[in-house]
Amino acid sequence: MSAFPAPISASTVSPLPMQRSRGYWTSALLRFTRDPVAMGAALVVLLLIALAVFGPWLAPADPYQSSMLKRLKPIGTEGLPLGSDELGRDMLSRLIVGARLSLFIGITPVICAFVLGAAIGILAGYAGGIVNTAIMRTIDVFYAFPSVLLAIALSGVLGAGVVNSLISLTIVFIPQIARVAESVTTQVRGRDYVEAARASGADAFTIVRVHVLGNVLGPIFVYATSLIAVSMILASGLSFLGLGVKPPEPEWGLMLNTLRTAIYVQPWVAALPGVMIFVTSISFNLLSDGLRSAMDNKG
Amino acid sequence: MNAMEAVSDIGSPAQPLLTIRGLQKHFPLKKDPLGRGGGVVRAVDGVDFEVLKGETLGVVGESGCGKSTTARLLMQLIAPTAGEVIFDGRAVGSRDLPLKAFRRQVQMVFQDSYASLNPRLTIEDSIAFGPQVHGVARNEAVHRARDLLARVGLEPQRFAERYPHELSGGQRQRVNIARALALQPRMVILDEAVSALDKSVEAQVINLLLDLKAEFGLTYVFISHDLNVVRYMSDRVMVMYLGQVAEIGPSHPLYKAPAHPYTRALLSSMPSMDPDHRTEEAALAGDPPNPIDPPSGCRFHPRCALAAPVCSQRVPARVIADSRQAVSCLIHEPGSGHPMAQALAQAA
Repeated sequence: MSAFPAPISASTVSPLPMQRSRGYWTSALLRFTRDPVAMGAALVVLLLIALAVFGPWLAPADPYQSSMLKRLKPIGTEGLPLGSDELGRDMLSRLIVGARLSLFIGITPVICAFVLGAAIGILAGYAGGIVNTAIMRTIDVFYAFPSVLLAIALSGVLGAGVVNSLISLTIVFIPQIARVAESVTTQVRGRDYVEAARASGADAFTIVRVHVLGNVLGPIFVYATSLIAVSMILASGLSFLGLGVKPPEPEWGLMLNTLRTAIYVQPWVAALPGVMIFVTSISFNLLSDGLRSAMDNKG
Repeated sequence: MNAMEAVSDIGSPAQPLLTIRGLQKHFPLKKDPLGRGGGVVRAVDGVDFEVLKGETLGVVGESGCGKSTTARLLMQLIAPTAGEVIFDGRAVGSRDLPLKAFRRQVQMVFQDSYASLNPRLTIEDSIAFGPQVHGVARNEAVHRARDLLARVGLEPQRFAERYPHELSGGQRQRVNIARALALQPRMVILDEAVSALDKSVEAQVINLLLDLKAEFGLTYVFISHDLNVVRYMSDRVMVMYLGQVAEIGPSHPLYKAPAHPYTRALLSSMPSMDPDHRTEEAALAGDPPNPIDPPSGCRFHPRCALAAPVCSQRVPARVIADSRQAVSCLIHEPGSGHPMAQALAQAA
């Protein structure tokens, strides 16, 4: 029987270019930097974060200082570059200082929901069977409500206030993140490398730690990033309804609410907080899209 | 100290390394909301065989005949509906042979070389994972992984820190073989392990497998749909059809004189390199029947060229584990009522 030739070592057969291989994250970062849209979005997000951190020092005027004489001035007024609100407070300063609170209540619930939702979803996805059914059907109960309605209902039950609105938004996002986590984990669990790990005798905890987490956290993280925009809008909505931030704190959603009465008097000024929410949410969305394609290493 | 010593034989060399008795796996089907449907897929339906120490048992059959399900049952990756798996005289999962101890001794190489490696781990980490699970220190495990890489023909300095997507299919399959060997197993199940490779690469990997078998004294279960490769690799061959064993026996006699009409049809579908040896036998027509609702009697009768009326009524005797050579067909059962069986019985 000499139907097959003598063994040849694979390395002599197909020499690959021999640079030291880049790690997964390094090459993902490289792909990300080559995506102009994602880089632009990342720049805007960094600017917004800078505003949130340094806002009080950047603001030209006191955002709480009201003046009956300067009410509802248009954009470009002397000393009021972006006009003034219904109490004569400097819009520019309020928008800058408002970045901190607006981003805080937009991002915090997503971070909390990411941790809890990923844990629940990975547990359900890896356990499978009856555990999966029990967890996911419970999650579905929450999922059945439109998120705005659920956030309002929870905030109403918990009472108004920043902390309570953060809690209610966290509860709104947990089911959504858990669902994504569950479906990604279910997919990964069926891969041959997880089977091979089971075949080597590893326990479930070790398999999840070594083989599952690294492969599911990326997609869950990308999905969570896209929720930041939703969270900002919902948080603004809660403030708008008087369930979140209380006046006179500068927060974009609340500002939008209080200025809505002035929409016919100073439409451009009244629209400014909305523009900020829009820019923030679209930047986070584009950022998460960029992350998604950068982390896809099928190339 | 090395926390992981190779396990030596328990029973005598004559004791089969693996004995399978009455193995069944039925996958339940989902019922529709009205409660209809809900049958079972009889993926593996009563399989008995033995794997002897140091041999290669080839397993052949069409897609969907239960080859891969059998492999996964052997590996205890899925729980059988019925039947036992006995490894070197001890029932798997019993107190004598806990699952974790069994898994050290039996490893598997999968068909899809890419899907069977974690894309986020370097290949040396993938290979070193198993030994670490069994208590080998990380440094020691990585050291061993590099030795194994060298042994399967991949230079450790060049490949150890690469990621799976940076390797070719053949190189990845070498990594998978190294990973399986990292636990110093006694038996390796090769589930279509070379089927996805180019012919030239396939030949290299097959020769590597044969070398490793001799070097480490391994026992192989070699699952494939490629009859030529199975013939080259195997000491004995088991032919499966629709979740059951049609025929089993030493590979030379079986390829030369197949007894089961299915084996004959299968072998005649294999193109011969020798024009004088063209078979006149009709090739197998049609698809295998649905394992949800297998045909009555002999499962092969709707496609069998030699089927008689009795074949749809009487179930042929199952191939039993301890026979060296056996066939599950009414033609070979004297007095079964098949016209050709009668003739055989009189001749005997």
